[in-house]
Amino acid sequence: MMTGKPRHSPLTATEIVDEYFIENRTRLLEMAAFLDRLERADPDWARHDFRMKAFAEALDALSAPGERLTRIQLLLSDPRTGPLDALDRKSALGAYDRWNQEGRS
Amino acid sequence: MKYIDHHAHMVSRTTDDYQQLALTGCVAVTEPAFWAGWDRSCGDSVEDYFRQLTEFEPRRAAQYGVQHYTWMAINPKEADNRELSRDVLARIPKFLDLPTVLGIGEIGLNRVTRNEIATYTEQVELAIAYRQLILIHTPHLEDKYKGTRISVDVLRRYREIEPQRVMVDHAEEHTIEMILEHGFWAGLTLYPQTKISPQRAVDVIEKHGPERICVAGACDWGPSDPIAVPRFVLEMRRRRHPETLIQQVVFDNPVRFLSQSPKFKVAPSEVEAAPARIG
Repeated sequence: MMTGKPRHSPLTATEIVDEYFIENRTRLLEMAAFLDRLERADPDWARHDFRMKAFAEALDALSAPGERLTRIQLLLSDPRTGPLDALDRKSALGAYDRWNQEGRS
Repeated sequence: MKYIDHHAHMVSRTTDDYQQLALTGCVAVTEPAFWAGWDRSCGDSVEDYFRQLTEFEPRRAAQYGVQHYTWMAINPKEADNRELSRDVLARIPKFLDLPTVLGIGEIGLNRVTRNEIATYTEQVELAIAYRQLILIHTPHLEDKYKGTRISVDVLRRYREIEPQRVMVDHAEEHTIEMILEHGFWAGLTLYPQTKISPQRAVDVIEKHGPERICVAGACDWGPSDPIAVPRFVLEMRRRRHPETLIQQVVFDNPVRFLSQSPKFKVAPSEVEAAPARIG
């Protein structure tokens, strides 16, 4: 049912950079500022918080070409296939805790 | 450009938002049953909410020339409560014949618990029994992939399910293929943080084409945007996509899906968008 080969934007590569570079530069600086802010609060926190560990892996995934977005989404997703036996909380946290044997998420 | 927002929780919004919708070309919204942000205490409370959806909200929308339709369900956020869910499910059938009720929704999973799956399955069976359209909520963030897969698996167990009468909403890049490949419609939710941006939604259209894909704002009581669909239109124009393609996604597609309910009264475009080329 899928529609075949990947398609692309009507914009050329040059036009995409001309149009989108500044707003993505801004996002890049926001991420850098967030990481600096966290480091000022506690230089070790990012090494222990599962969300920040997943975030660091996602940053690594950004530098490898091809399907970055899907790879990052899967990296942040609960990989398990079965349901939870009981409700633990109402809301998702944004990343799955792969470092906790019990599976906090 | 005329558009339809198939997912808008208007009871949480002010009349100013109806005005914004009308000013930006919205001709109809459909409002799935939602969670109030806190758990309701009993079925009577949910039934009052259903009356608000079916009696009050259509009148409020009509003041701005916007058609208002709705969907009945116990929302996934409360579906782990089996006692409340059974109570609410028993009350739903009497609303299904009302003139603005299009089907069962939004049903689905939140944290993907056994109880949520049991309630979801019962709601799917209710939709089959009353031959209703189905609108499915998929979970947020790290729960989305697993929850979408299980939601689709449950649907595929029922031979009576006609995939073209089901929209699986809040699709993202990592879940859209498992939705489309089984013949369901996919909804892209334009939401500031936890779902998909207009830019990413346009990327999805560019990669997968416009067939069986709709976009919605899903505005509610949280940070959200009642005019998210016009922002998608702007992003499509920013990339120089043709007006015919934009119309197909924001108007022709929702008309095609929602018109499977005879109660949906928005007429198709006189000139429906020809299949548009991308790239």
